[in-house]
Amino acid sequence: MWKLRSYFKPYLGTIITVMILVFLEVMATLKLPDLMSGIVDRGIARGNIPLIWGTGGIMLAVALGGVLCAVVGNFLASRASTRFGRDLRFDIFKRVGEFAPREFNTFGTASLITRTTNDVQQVQQMFHMSMRMAMRAPLMAVGGVLMVVRKDSGLALILLGLIPIIGLIISYVIIKGVPLFKGLQKMLDRINLVLREQLAGVRVIRAFDRGTYEQERFDKANRDLTGIALKVNRMMVTLMPLLGLLINVTNIIIIWFAAKRIDLGVMQVGDLMAFLQYTMQIFMSVMMLSFIFVMLPRASASAERIVAVMETETSVKDPKEPAQIGRDRGVISFEDVTFMYPGAAEPVLSNISFTANPGETTAIIGGTGSGKSTILDLIPRFHDPQEGRITLDGVDIRQLALEDLRLRLGYVPQQAMLFSGTIASNIRGGKADATDEEVMEAARIAQASEFVNEREDGYGSYVAQGGTNLSGGQKQRLSIARAVVREPKVYLLDDTFSALDYRTDARLRSELNKRAQDATVIVVAQRVSTILHADQIIVLDEGRIVGKGTHKALLENCAVYREIVASQFGEEAVS
Amino acid sequence: MRGHSANRGHGGRGGGYGPRGIGRPVEKAKDFRGTTRRLVRYMGPHKWSLLLVFLATIASTLFSILGPKILGQATTVLFAGVLARLQGLPGAGVDFTAILRILGMLGVVYLASTLFGFIQQIVMVNVSQKTVYKMRKDINHKLARLPLHYYDSASHGDTLSRFTNDVDVISQSLQQSVIQMMSSLITIIGVTIMMLTISPTLTLLTAGMLPLSAGISAFVASRSQKFFVRQQNILGELNGHIEETFSGHTIVKAYGLEAEAESAFRTINDELYENGWKAQFVSGTIMPLIRFVGNLGYVVIAVVGGVFVTRGSMTIGNVQAFMQYSRQFGMPITQVASIVNVLQSTVAAAERVFELLDEKEEAADSPDAKDIMQPAGRIRLTDVSFGYNADEYVIKNLNLAVEPGQLIAIVGPTGAGKTTLVNLLMRFYDVGQGVITFDGHDIRELKRSSLRTMFGMVLQDTWLFEGTIRDNIAYGREGVSDEEVVAAAQAAHVDHFIRTLPNGYDTVLTDDASSISQGQRQLLTIARAILADPAVLILDEATSSVDTRTERLIQEAMARLMEGRTSFVIAHRLSTILDADRILVINEGEIIEQGTHQELMEKNGFYAELYNSQFVSATV
Repeated sequence: MWKLRSYFKPYLGTIITVMILVFLEVMATLKLPDLMSGIVDRGIARGNIPLIWGTGGIMLAVALGGVLCAVVGNFLASRASTRFGRDLRFDIFKRVGEFAPREFNTFGTASLITRTTNDVQQVQQMFHMSMRMAMRAPLMAVGGVLMVVRKDSGLALILLGLIPIIGLIISYVIIKGVPLFKGLQKMLDRINLVLREQLAGVRVIRAFDRGTYEQERFDKANRDLTGIALKVNRMMVTLMPLLGLLINVTNIIIIWFAAKRIDLGVMQVGDLMAFLQYTMQIFMSVMMLSFIFVMLPRASASAERIVAVMETETSVKDPKEPAQIGRDRGVISFEDVTFMYPGAAEPVLSNISFTANPGETTAIIGGTGSGKSTILDLIPRFHDPQEGRITLDGVDIRQLALEDLRLRLGYVPQQAMLFSGTIASNIRGGKADATDEEVMEAARIAQASEFVNEREDGYGSYVAQGGTNLSGGQKQRLSIARAVVREPKVYLLDDTFSALDYRTDARLRSELNKRAQDATVIVVAQRVSTILHADQIIVLDEGRIVGKGTHKALLENCAVYREIVASQFGEEAVS
Repeated sequence: MRGHSANRGHGGRGGGYGPRGIGRPVEKAKDFRGTTRRLVRYMGPHKWSLLLVFLATIASTLFSILGPKILGQATTVLFAGVLARLQGLPGAGVDFTAILRILGMLGVVYLASTLFGFIQQIVMVNVSQKTVYKMRKDINHKLARLPLHYYDSASHGDTLSRFTNDVDVISQSLQQSVIQMMSSLITIIGVTIMMLTISPTLTLLTAGMLPLSAGISAFVASRSQKFFVRQQNILGELNGHIEETFSGHTIVKAYGLEAEAESAFRTINDELYENGWKAQFVSGTIMPLIRFVGNLGYVVIAVVGGVFVTRGSMTIGNVQAFMQYSRQFGMPITQVASIVNVLQSTVAAAERVFELLDEKEEAADSPDAKDIMQPAGRIRLTDVSFGYNADEYVIKNLNLAVEPGQLIAIVGPTGAGKTTLVNLLMRFYDVGQGVITFDGHDIRELKRSSLRTMFGMVLQDTWLFEGTIRDNIAYGREGVSDEEVVAAAQAAHVDHFIRTLPNGYDTVLTDDASSISQGQRQLLTIARAILADPAVLILDEATSSVDTRTERLIQEAMARLMEGRTSFVIAHRLSTILDADRILVINEGEIIEQGTHQELMEKNGFYAELYNSQFVSATV
């Protein structure tokens, strides 16, 4: 929580104001018994009815003042905490936006989403609670004790003795309770995970007849959860009556000693009545405080998760003094590039060297996990390689401004990814200021104009989040149109045509060929038939280049390539 | 494992702190009475405990009601002493024997109240925890008995929400609200009686405050509900935007769309703020207002009571007691409103849980169901028809005879009924008409467990659970050695890949294992099937995300594995099924062609067209 202090800073003024308001509210609450004791000691005892009415009026004013302070304080606290949440949420969103895929992988996309939403909500709630309630308790305790001391300093000693005992009990709860609550949360997560897996994997579980095993797994999680829930709840329900008893016993002691002092004439009955009410109020506020301490671990866990995001620096940074590209052509060159995921035992790519030239198509083919897509990912600098370098027109891409580099690339991933908006706004993702004509031309090349025109709203048709209202093939074509409209120097196509039927595929390729005449095209492929005429085919096997050349040349000199071809066309194709 | 987001859409329920149930939207049960009765019945085994809780609650509440009255007596005695002295009576002073007696009584009352309170709470903890334990267990066991139909039709998020949110609401409610409700009611009655015995006039005045506080809570609550509903909607919108931006982060980066995403985020975020603080503020105003009304009552009692005491129509101790009573009275009244809300959503939650527990179950194995000890793998389908809905057949009059050891390839367009066939073979669904036999036995006469273990299956949907890669592969069979796991991984050509991972076979697969591609996941499930060593293999488009070369390598491993086993392969890529003993071409639930690759090509029909289409393509 402490690490988020810079976010609390702007609210220092508000926090202090709220504190003062809470203090005033507490004082008002504490003033009431004091005034009441006046009614008893000076009004009732002396039969002074006007004084009773007068004091009653003052009490009313004080109560009204109290509620005003509370409402205004709540207003300020609500605004401050929600604004705090808003700013924190925005900063996390921004920070995550800077992350490279590597950071996405370490946190996990789902977890990053939770951190931006739920965790912020938790901390925000805690902030609000602390301002309103956490301050109330100590103020009430201190104020109450002060009032009591003023009434009768001798008796106040009893109360002063009570406070450390309550303090002890509460620290016991914190020390014992906090780990228990954490454990409870863990067990809850565990049982939810087990059930979620069982729902998703029901076919597999039944196919392998592992129902009994799964039920045992669940029963264990259920037993563990119930065990810890019993512990937590037993502790809580023991604590509350115990605190209640403590306060009542204190009351009895107070009355006994007060009786002696009243008998001696050094104390008045009204004071005793006020005294008893103070004890009650102090006790109540302390109970509230312990409530907050129970909530605290959850919020601080959230804060920790947020801080972890905020403290993570992106692994792919802009250079301090970016270099400029001299002749803008689009030559991509890999020079002895080796890349491994952090912590992996073996590299994904080893000693990759090749050059992709403008006006040529470079195809990459190889088995699953051979590193085809990783090669493409290195070019927009989603990752940086550990060894070797990648150049664009002779300049190391790590020395280029990220914006400069990516402006020249038209990346089409394997999984088409669209955003909510319209078809046109998705295509314009490639070039924000593209004219309507440019958008339509790009759609035509990507073979998307047909289905777009069939839609009622054409290019203004609504695209749902993630493009779920479009078919896989349609999404892929729009994703290609987005790259086309950009007019990139380098096309990066990752097995992009897999969801298209062969006729569309063929038309798209020939149109794209015309459009991309002077561009560098690097394409990752599964099907040999789609790359037969590539100018250069790179064959990957377990992260190494095992063949480089045209289809014809590779058939002659690359065993792995022959194997791939044989697997798709049959043995006769190779011989 | 496959990213089912569990709690989305339910984030609002029980999410915030603050007083539960105040100012937040409430759901209502469809059949309140029936469900309540059933919930009570569900807790039947604990009826003696509940009776004890009930009695303890009464005792504890009654004793705590007595407290202020006795305490007041002490004050009265003290005051009498003081007054006597003021009037200068001889020998006047505090009557310490009376005080001692009263304090003694007070001590007994406090102790008794605490003791009974403790009993009531601790017993209720046991009852509620055991009840939800049983409820979770029942849900889980129920899920195990539900037919696949349920899993395919109900959303997993909904089922999960019943399990987590609804059970949580019930447990919280049993733990707190039920007791609170009981003690509140008793307190209201008891305190009213006590107040009436002290002063009917003051009681009337106190009761006059009630409509005021009720009106205030109702007014504020309706306002705050509106804000909460809107806040929930905006939050949903914001979550959607975050989800979309984060999951598409490579595109956002590659096309430099960060600024656009940020400004859209800012707009929604600002809107959330505008609504959020209002929701927070309005709902947070309820408590201070109610406190104010309480203080109002306090002042009225102090003043009016004071006047009464000077007139001698009331003792000072009774004024003090009355003040405490009016507090005790106000608390449960404001509580009751929110408890009613909580109880309502509890019954609604219980209703959803019971709905799940009432789902129709899969027909049980018949008592004389058989085991097949040494399966050969002879499968016969006779006149099989089936539809997921009664009026719509997915499979019509299907006849098929498969001899042990044969490789059967099934091809056909999407939605032709290929996956349905697998569902029927493994008895995930029962046939509508006709019979399926395994080694001559109607599969409905076999134990489901026995039938299913004879099949080894690799599905289109890969399923891996959170655990190490080793455990995931070993899932196929009980009690396998590490060597067997590695051998299976090698056979599935995934051994090299596993070793490139940070912890090799001990790498823990988590929800977001995005470094593991779909193809690699499939290889892992193939390794699992290899390890299971079944009599019949089913590969359901299993290799569609694996490249053709790897697929071929797997096929070689599979070919060895398939020797002597009946195998079904469902695949889109026709090159993978060239070696099949028989190819079934299914369209619209019917076998329209069958034979070997050679035979079907010569026939020059549907299959031949399908096969040829894949070679017609150009290149970029």
